[in-house]
Amino acid sequence: MPVKTYRDALRAAMADEMERDESVVLLGEDIGVYGGTHLVTNGLIDEFGPRRVIDTPISELGFTGAAIGMAMAGMKPVVEMMTWNFSFQAADQILQNAAKIRYFSGGQVHIPLVIRGPNGGGVQLSAQHTHSLEGFYGHFPGLKVVSPVTPEDVKGMMLAAIRDPDPVIFLEAGALYGTKGEVPDGDYTVEFGKARVAREGTDVTLIAYGRQVNMLLRVADELKKEGVQAEVIDLRSIRPFDTETIIESVKKTNRAVVVQEQWRWFSVGSEVAALVQEHAFDYLDAPVERVSGAEVPAPYARNLEVAAFPSEAKIQEAVQRVLYQESV
Amino acid sequence: MAEVIMPKMGDAMEEGTLLKWLKNPGDEVAEGDPIAEIETDKVTLEIEANEGGFLTNRLVEEGDTVPIGTAVATIGSQDEVGKTPDGAGVPAQEAPKAETEGQEEGAGEAAHAAGTDDDAVVPGATNGTAPAAAATPPATEAQEAPAPPERADGSRLRASPLVKRLAGEHNIDLSQVAGSGPGGRIIKADIAPYVSGEKQAPQAGAPAAQPQAPAQQPAAAPLEAAPGTAVEMSRMKQRTGERMAQSKREVPHFYVTTSVDMSASMEFRKQINASLEEGGGKVSVNDLVIKAAALALAEHPDVNRSYVNGELVQHETIDVNMAVAVEGGLIAPFIPQADQKSLGAISRIAKDIGRRAREGGLKPEEYQGGTFTISNLGMFDVDEFIAVINPPQAAILAVASVRETPVVRDGEIAIGHKMSITLAADHRALDGAEVAVFLQALKRYLENPMLLALS
Amino acid sequence: MASTKRTTKRGRSNDAANSAPEKEKHVELDTEKLLSLYRKMVEIRLFEDAAQRGFRQGKIGGYLHLYVGQEAVATGMLESHQDGDRVITAYRDHAHALLLGATPREVMAELYGKGTGLVKGKGGSMHLFDVKNDLYGGYGIVGGHIPLGVGMAYAAAYQKEGSIVQLYLGDGAINNGAFHEAANLSGLWGKEGLNPCLFVLENNQYGMGTSVERATANTDLGSKFDAYGIEHEKVDGMDLVAVIECTRKATQRVRETNTPYAIEALTYRTVPHGAADFLEKYRTKEEVKKWRERDPIGLLEKRLTDAGVEDSTIEQIHEEKKEVVADAVKFAEESPEPDLSELTTDVYASEMKVADAG
Repeated sequence: MPVKTYRDALRAAMADEMERDESVVLLGEDIGVYGGTHLVTNGLIDEFGPRRVIDTPISELGFTGAAIGMAMAGMKPVVEMMTWNFSFQAADQILQNAAKIRYFSGGQVHIPLVIRGPNGGGVQLSAQHTHSLEGFYGHFPGLKVVSPVTPEDVKGMMLAAIRDPDPVIFLEAGALYGTKGEVPDGDYTVEFGKARVAREGTDVTLIAYGRQVNMLLRVADELKKEGVQAEVIDLRSIRPFDTETIIESVKKTNRAVVVQEQWRWFSVGSEVAALVQEHAFDYLDAPVERVSGAEVPAPYARNLEVAAFPSEAKIQEAVQRVLYQESV
Repeated sequence: MAEVIMPKMGDAMEEGTLLKWLKNPGDEVAEGDPIAEIETDKVTLEIEANEGGFLTNRLVEEGDTVPIGTAVATIGSQDEVGKTPDGAGVPAQEAPKAETEGQEEGAGEAAHAAGTDDDAVVPGATNGTAPAAAATPPATEAQEAPAPPERADGSRLRASPLVKRLAGEHNIDLSQVAGSGPGGRIIKADIAPYVSGEKQAPQAGAPAAQPQAPAQQPAAAPLEAAPGTAVEMSRMKQRTGERMAQSKREVPHFYVTTSVDMSASMEFRKQINASLEEGGGKVSVNDLVIKAAALALAEHPDVNRSYVNGELVQHETIDVNMAVAVEGGLIAPFIPQADQKSLGAISRIAKDIGRRAREGGLKPEEYQGGTFTISNLGMFDVDEFIAVINPPQAAILAVASVRETPVVRDGEIAIGHKMSITLAADHRALDGAEVAVFLQALKRYLENPMLLALS
Repeated sequence: MASTKRTTKRGRSNDAANSAPEKEKHVELDTEKLLSLYRKMVEIRLFEDAAQRGFRQGKIGGYLHLYVGQEAVATGMLESHQDGDRVITAYRDHAHALLLGATPREVMAELYGKGTGLVKGKGGSMHLFDVKNDLYGGYGIVGGHIPLGVGMAYAAAYQKEGSIVQLYLGDGAINNGAFHEAANLSGLWGKEGLNPCLFVLENNQYGMGTSVERATANTDLGSKFDAYGIEHEKVDGMDLVAVIECTRKATQRVRETNTPYAIEALTYRTVPHGAADFLEKYRTKEEVKKWRERDPIGLLEKRLTDAGVEDSTIEQIHEEKKEVVADAVKFAEESPEPDLSELTTDVYASEMKVADAG
């Protein structure tokens, strides 16, 4: 299987679908001539022209809203948020329009729209440029929210997103654009709402999505040295949510740790914990643990930023707690 | 009406079984009259009327096992005979207070909490069977609402949801299980041996009709056993088994063995016994070993310790337990302050408690406690063996048979008497060198028995 | 799906971009034509009056924004509407729905929150959608729908439909960021022939209770479009004929060039903003009286009677429309509430499990 970077897999998905379907267009700031701030759309304007790779002014509200209108009128726009931090400018469009129009129109229209871009922090961008918005967007019915972590998934999920008849919030692991992995050629989709068991285990279930999944895999390696077999679940999508895979796993392991970069309160981790107690209460041998970002605006200084995010050490401590091992 | 409750006869006791009624409803009883025989995991004893009157009701059937504090009978006036008091089925309000090993501060307060708490699910209730106490027992008038079940020390039972479910499925009485999780929460690991069948589950509320029946429900059978009939385990055996399993699981045992030349001791014993009057209790090898061990412990108090919750406790007295095989199990009454007692006294006490242990007549204070245990299989012709530590004690001495062996004495081969002794020690409390030094002292006393007489 | 239907409806569209668009073919504005538009305006007026009553009786919930006084604007503008031209507006949307072809029954039923309503009782007064008749809503957040209209216009040009978008907004929306970002995009995309958007600025002088003068220093609202390179003109929004003539020209231009254009229609709502505010607080009785003298229905009526239409004809139209509206109210009142199973439908177009409350 060919090896591609996350970035190239993403670009391949968009380019392939643009080849196949003329109703697919891209919009965003500096995605055309400039090639994209993260070079995800590099070269596409040459291939598809400026009508399909639309450089927009810096006006997220305007072009996101316009993309919704395009979608209502039969197109399949893919909007790039240069980073998801800018999406607050467009939040009224995403939350009040994209998420709801189908409902308040009584089902007369649908919004086949993708909004994509890098999500999360970790590169010292400080408070206004560091957010993990899974919980925020995941809160709204009418949206789908996904967060792929492997190059293979990012391609299959982007193809699924573009073909989806509903608005999809596509949260990319920005820190992973350069990571490589095997990516099948050709056309394939990864269904939303099906979590991936990234590693099988019997003793504890570790749950995350996006780049925290990679962290969990490293933690699982460490745990194995101590004789603990951790199962790692990559949620892949936040809405729809694969309750079943998590519950099955927790029924097997009797304990769960959910890890997220976003703030703890009202978060995906909270939802996972709630679901587990609802559906697997009688299987729990320990309370579900959440490892989350510190409840502060993201700091700038490197050490503070590191302290603000989940670390392998913090995850291990949580695992020890749910295993009732002597903790540090 | 006053009630008679299932008494707590020791801090580890959670429940008792009513073996036999000694009085019938309508019988007149005086304060102190025995009313029934009960069995705990350690002992069989009688419970007495706490006031005079007439036995008005029996609230449990023979064979029923009920939590401590549960009313088993009521005593009242003659015209109250047969009348059911209000609020049946409830353990009495005041559970006997824990004497030692209190697990949690403020635990006693929990006993007064409302009975609606999830934590407070009555053991056994999860599988749809009646709670253990539901067979009928009434309660004092003061208590109208059902009380939460209580731990021995008055704290509420805490168990993970998984454990509660498994306990229901496998009929495990969680009130009998020690929790190792935070706040004493019973977690999966604590009940795994019962679920796997490795250990017999302490069962909740055995139905009255079949108290003596073979274990009603094998606690799951994950490990394939050869076909056979389930054999009932006595409570004592269950309890011993639990403690031993816990000991082997949790205590880092290590073993040091040495061989003692018992020739002098055998001669010494012969002389003493010869000088005793006919019919007087003879001194046994075991008595010598107890005395020698007590003196060695006095010399090396570091062995006379217990390991409790991560701390070492130095015992001021030397109370030597001796393991006694009895019908249905094992019990280890102790000889208090054995280092202070003469060999003769030790011998007498040992014989007395040994006999009463076999007859089921020990008082709890005679077997609850002790600082060092000796297990002697010398009478069974064993070369050597190792024993499992009796927690929280730091060590246990395993004593094998005295054998005639050729020994080299002053360059000559002679017939000697060898005895192998093995000390199993808790490595958290003791190190190898400490044990070796202790064994040297013990050996010195046994090989120079005059020292036993001198002290 | 709406989009599938769209293709067939815009059958002519595929080659429209390759050949010059057809010249707009207009019916002569004779008396008969005006009389038919008069009927619609009367229907709208009576409909709004009935809605007001229903609201005051507590039969209509939420917000209710009436079009009374502004009838000539939508009526005149939509006279130019061709099949496939998408129409999008804010929350004062009853007239647009009725003019595009929704029946008074289904619109009234929607206001009454009934399952027979235009959007099945899921949107109410502010969210009328009638996609089969080109109405794309019906939006409740001031300014929020403007970018959507601009995007639809892009799609119309990109997909070579030959259609345009009529994008309605009020004077209150013109100071909103959404307007400026969207107008900027429209002008920008228009330069490439990618934005056949006709902005209809319905200037009724008040954004809720705040007059134009109290909302912006530059009260020439049409001039706001200058900033984005969009040409514009003003029209007397009370004069149906003026609106029609202006719109016909503008529509043709937008359709031919695929560039945006804006019409500022000066108008006045002679009723409160919502059905229940205190219009005396922010405007004088004299002012309201002055505008009522220019009531668009009255003005048209005069034109018609001047042209020889009998009073009895006018009366007959009123009677006829009263019945139509009374029938709509009866229908709405008698219609069943939405089935509870509708609660969780239409959230997604794809298969999605949607949790209900609890």
